[in-house]
Amino acid sequence: MAGYVHSHAAHRSRRGGHLTEPPLVRILLIAVALGFLFLFLVLPLATVFIEAFASGTEAYFAAIREPDAMAALKLTLIAAAIAVPANLLFGLCAGWAIAKFDFRGKQLLTTLIDLPFAVSPVIAGMVFVLLFGRQGMLGPWLSDHDIRIVFAVPGIVLATIFVSFPFIAREIIPVMEAAGSQEEEAARVLGAGGFQTLFRVTLPNIKWGLLYGVILCTARAMGEFGAVSVVSGKIRGVTNTLPLHVEILYNEYAFQAAFAVSSLLAFLAIVTLIVKTLVEGRLGATVDAAPVVPPPS
Amino acid sequence: MKKTVLPGFRLTMGFTIFYLGLIVILPLLTLPARSATMTWDAFWQTISDPRVVASYRLSIGASLVAAAINAVFGLIVAWVLVRYTFPGRRIVDSLVDLPFALPTAVAGITLTAIYAPNGWIGQLLEPYGVKVAFTRVGITLALVFIGLPFVVRTLQPVIEDLDAEVEEAAASLGATRIGVVTRVIVPYLFPAWLTGFALSFARAVGEYGSVVFISGNMPMQTEIAPLLIITKLEQYDYAGATAIALVMLLMSFTLLLAINLLQGWTTRRLMN
Repeated sequence: MAGYVHSHAAHRSRRGGHLTEPPLVRILLIAVALGFLFLFLVLPLATVFIEAFASGTEAYFAAIREPDAMAALKLTLIAAAIAVPANLLFGLCAGWAIAKFDFRGKQLLTTLIDLPFAVSPVIAGMVFVLLFGRQGMLGPWLSDHDIRIVFAVPGIVLATIFVSFPFIAREIIPVMEAAGSQEEEAARVLGAGGFQTLFRVTLPNIKWGLLYGVILCTARAMGEFGAVSVVSGKIRGVTNTLPLHVEILYNEYAFQAAFAVSSLLAFLAIVTLIVKTLVEGRLGATVDAAPVVPPPS
Repeated sequence: MKKTVLPGFRLTMGFTIFYLGLIVILPLLTLPARSATMTWDAFWQTISDPRVVASYRLSIGASLVAAAINAVFGLIVAWVLVRYTFPGRRIVDSLVDLPFALPTAVAGITLTAIYAPNGWIGQLLEPYGVKVAFTRVGITLALVFIGLPFVVRTLQPVIEDLDAEVEEAAASLGATRIGVVTRVIVPYLFPAWLTGFALSFARAVGEYGSVVFISGNMPMQTEIAPLLIITKLEQYDYAGATAIALVMLLMSFTLLLAINLLQGWTTRRLMN
């Protein structure tokens, strides 16, 4: 449900002393907030890296270079490399149709796009088992034709697409709505073709929102655990993604190795946060008109 | 439809509906379709089984407590981040999104390592007989982690939008600071606050990855509903898993609807 909320660059104003709390209350509130965030965010993040290096750097790199870990990394990258472009294409189409045109049922359509945010990841994985599994609706037909989807790579890709589905569309739609259609209309009237309009006018206008959505989508695609866990079958070196590999190592009490692999994902999370912060600065500067809490459209 | 010179409506709309149907709607429809093959009695028997009911109660109860904790601390964090300046404020602000970016499995094993009886915080609590990991407290903790950004991020823009003049007016009419906070600020923030609470709750109810490691997974005690679905799937009890999942899905739909209505309320407030 991450796409429901946005952070954005703050513009602050000076306030008179009577419009804020007494200094003691202020310090107390800051202390409570920072204490809470330290306990729930800083401590876990630090723990990942401390535990990962608990047995020294050699053990750390050994755990990462291990063939099963490399295979898991490769599968994670493959799943993201398919899911993100697919959802990007969808996001662009949905954004264009929803932001540039008026039609009945727009509200319903946007609510349906949000659905994967609301569905438990376990259910997201399970529906593909019900469809394509051995006892699934299409199971007999698939096994007659020797096609494996569940407990194989296609299932993992499908589950990944499902859970990361709304992220890009959710970011693009408000930015496109805020940008309006006049520039595109002008381009058309001046004789630009459809794709020329898209690449020369629309995309430059929404590039930061687009990038932001792609980052969120990638982070979710690479980090998904529940949905992928249901469809994967967890065959080491074959259908294991990085988060699943972490689970296996942890359950085998290979804690240091589990945290070493986790540190790769934590590093990815940190990069995500940094890029996100940079992009948000740009986004706040270019389209201040965009509603910060997305409208219920 | 209004006349427009822009092309591509049919193409983009067609692809949007096709892709949405293929990836989301059709797969989700297998749940009611599969349930329809069960008799009502069998369905009811599955979802009223004490173990299933216990898992629903745990998932809902722990999520409510976690969302409430997030509501309280999220309000303080959002207020502090918007209203006060202190060194490192921007870094702290970026860090709030960590639970969105950190994979749930990583969060799960990390929290377990911290709160296990031999962990950093776990060993401090142990002498007092407080057990966190492998209990309901641990589950709630994991759910606080994953729901943390929702309240903060829904409140931040609303707090920023709060006009200084409104507070000024109240103060000049003789209201004390506490009066301004309770009579002016809190009512103004309330819709967004409730939205943040609902989002945090909705996310927590379906959460799996961060919880399985810290929960201990004891039937009737620390077994959450998503885990029970997986257990049933692994036993090839597809009918049972489907019934449990369908109830959760209906709950999610209701929440999604409520959240969209709440966001409408918040946006209208912001517009006025």
